[in-house]
Amino acid sequence: MLHRESGIFKTSYPADMALYPLPIAKWAVAAFAGLFIVIVPLTLGEYYVSILDLILIAIVGALGLNILVGYTGQISIGHGAFMSVGAYTAANLVVHLGAPFWVTIPAGGLMAALIGALVGIPSLRIKGIYLAIATLAAQLIIEWTINHVPAISGGVQASIQVPRPSLFGVQLKTQTQLYLFLMAFAVLAIVGTSNLVRSRIGRAFIAVRDQDIAAEIIGISTFRYKLWAFAISSFYAGVTGVLYTYYLGIANYEQFQITVSIDYLAMIIIGGLGSILGSILGAAFVTLLPIVTRWFLESFGGLIFSQADLANIIPNLRLILFGGLIIFFLVVEPEGLNRLWRNVRNYFRVWPFSY
Amino acid sequence: MKNLSTIMLAVTAAALCLAGNAAAQDKEILVAGQCDRTGATQIVGVVICPAIQDYIDFVNSKGGIEGYKIKYYELDNEYKVPPAVEEYERQKQAGAVSIALYGTPQVQALNQKLVEDKIPGTSPGFGISASADGARFPYLFPVAATYWSQGAAAIQYFKDKSGGNLKGKKIAYVYYDNPAGHEPLPILEDLQKAEGFELRSFAVPPPGVEMGAQVIDITQRYRPDFVIDHLFGRSPSVAIKEYKRAGYPLNKVLGLVWASAEADIQAAGGWPVAEGYHTLQFAGAGDEYPVRQEIKAMYKAQGKEPPKGMMADTVIYNRGLLIAAVHTEAIRNAIKAKGGGKPTGEDVKNGLEQIHDFTLGGLFPPLKITPTDHEGGGWVQIFQVHDGKFVKETDWFRGYPEVVAAAVKKAE
Repeated sequence: MLHRESGIFKTSYPADMALYPLPIAKWAVAAFAGLFIVIVPLTLGEYYVSILDLILIAIVGALGLNILVGYTGQISIGHGAFMSVGAYTAANLVVHLGAPFWVTIPAGGLMAALIGALVGIPSLRIKGIYLAIATLAAQLIIEWTINHVPAISGGVQASIQVPRPSLFGVQLKTQTQLYLFLMAFAVLAIVGTSNLVRSRIGRAFIAVRDQDIAAEIIGISTFRYKLWAFAISSFYAGVTGVLYTYYLGIANYEQFQITVSIDYLAMIIIGGLGSILGSILGAAFVTLLPIVTRWFLESFGGLIFSQADLANIIPNLRLILFGGLIIFFLVVEPEGLNRLWRNVRNYFRVWPFSY
Repeated sequence: MKNLSTIMLAVTAAALCLAGNAAAQDKEILVAGQCDRTGATQIVGVVICPAIQDYIDFVNSKGGIEGYKIKYYELDNEYKVPPAVEEYERQKQAGAVSIALYGTPQVQALNQKLVEDKIPGTSPGFGISASADGARFPYLFPVAATYWSQGAAAIQYFKDKSGGNLKGKKIAYVYYDNPAGHEPLPILEDLQKAEGFELRSFAVPPPGVEMGAQVIDITQRYRPDFVIDHLFGRSPSVAIKEYKRAGYPLNKVLGLVWASAEADIQAAGGWPVAEGYHTLQFAGAGDEYPVRQEIKAMYKAQGKEPPKGMMADTVIYNRGLLIAAVHTEAIRNAIKAKGGGKPTGEDVKNGLEQIHDFTLGGLFPPLKITPTDHEGGGWVQIFQVHDGKFVKETDWFRGYPEVVAAAVKKAE
């Protein structure tokens, strides 16, 4: 993560596939884990932890979407709806059966995976923009279904109250407790994805992405792997939905409308397609950018504008800045924040020499 | 060098502001508000939120409340849930004692947190109808007619209009196809059984800007005696236009509270187009209220023009006054109950539950909020579009309060 190798000395495939190329990488990961699992929740205030909570949830969803879009080269504008599938599955399990979170989270994920695989079937025939429209249809169909089937939505309000998760009899209520809860799943998602993409399945995904005809010729079943990609990706989305449900204490499909799908696409495009670090950076970037721009305008906008005008200027200017910064980052580095970070690293790898 | 000194100056000024704030904080009470000035419902947000700010400025210009100044801290949630949650945490951290919520999904998402943090939130005219039950939703205050009360009031109005008997009448319910749009349906169905009228509902899929098919279906095939429009955003104006085009008399149409602002009439093509259209209001419409004159006087004293929305959209602006006035009144009750001490969220909650007969010169209904009834009665008024303005048609009234109360009870 933060290390500088002096060269590439790998002589075997296991060495090439190793999660930690050098011992120092392991220490860096341990240091990061210590920072975020021990130091951050102990030192940061509740408000800042609540922002991190939203980022952690977004990381899980962004990783899932990146498996589909970044690694397999398919597209989905229906991830918001897959999240709602997970959310309502979990909410119904909690309300009707009193299921604990270690049942509802995999169940929500599996249900979303099932629906996602179904939606993925057209991907065998159609590609690119056509597939995008097919998944858009899924988004709308799922929204409509939840809105109109009381057995799923729990009544005309289409929202189901869900108590906060409990662990060993302790209900996780404070932001810090929820932070640790969400952190566990974000870590699972990160480790799971980084292992997935180095495995046979992950390599098959990449082969399908790079050239699906060639992949088929060398013996990869595109049928199977495209559906796997949709299923795995939707599983992540479903888990994201369940985490949202637990975090907010309610399942409500209006939280998972098409803008959410677009937000997640923005995260992985800004962060970097086909990269785990990119998903994390993108999730953090998209979540933090509006907050930071608002904070900035609140702190310094008062010097230029009156307080009453500011209330109107901040939200509008924030949208303009948000759009502008996204364009800026994409122009500066179309391959995303992950590539920017690698450029910085490569620069320092040989520093202070230029080659 | 010049740049550097400018930055230094700015930083010093900011630091001074912060220092000044810290000193003033003992005698300052923070009311939080969420708004949507940029999202799906900005048509409402750009008028209602400045109105809240205006009323709070007005209260402060009169010396505040019992010696305390009120500070209104507004954040824009773009009608999205995750920003609403983040902003709520921010407002909580800033020390807000009450919050003016914005948007039905946002109310749903924040309800549990309000209870955990003991911060009362208001959701006038939107949110969860069942939250009229203060025992079940201790920190959620609709403070105005919920969707259930609105639906019941609409039926009551038609009943009175058709001579006290709805048997055999045909009523069309046109609704925006989202949970808020569905919400009055159970009440309407209950009333249908009790009153023996015919009811058919027509869904308008979001974003509701294309409803030619529904309107033709309603006006040519179903031919109802009355139409209830429960629409949001752009769709009320589209509906008015389409009824007009189909030649359906607009004096048979009643818009519920979010289909009843000046902006909707303007967008439909102006007052002559909408002539006869009925609107349901939970705060008065128009300019003839003393508090509005006083706010105008406040602006005049400062040598400024009153905000555009104040005159252009009195319906929404007056609702903003209602929200702000309910919060300040609750804070006043809380301070009094504490003998002048600075109130907490819990005190303000108790203060809200003591609000009664507070009408601000007829602008609001005779609200009576109690620990069990957070709706304050569910009062509404009907205004009709006539000669370029809203003309009051009925006084404050309640529709089938016992049916609504039974539904609230059943929702448990």
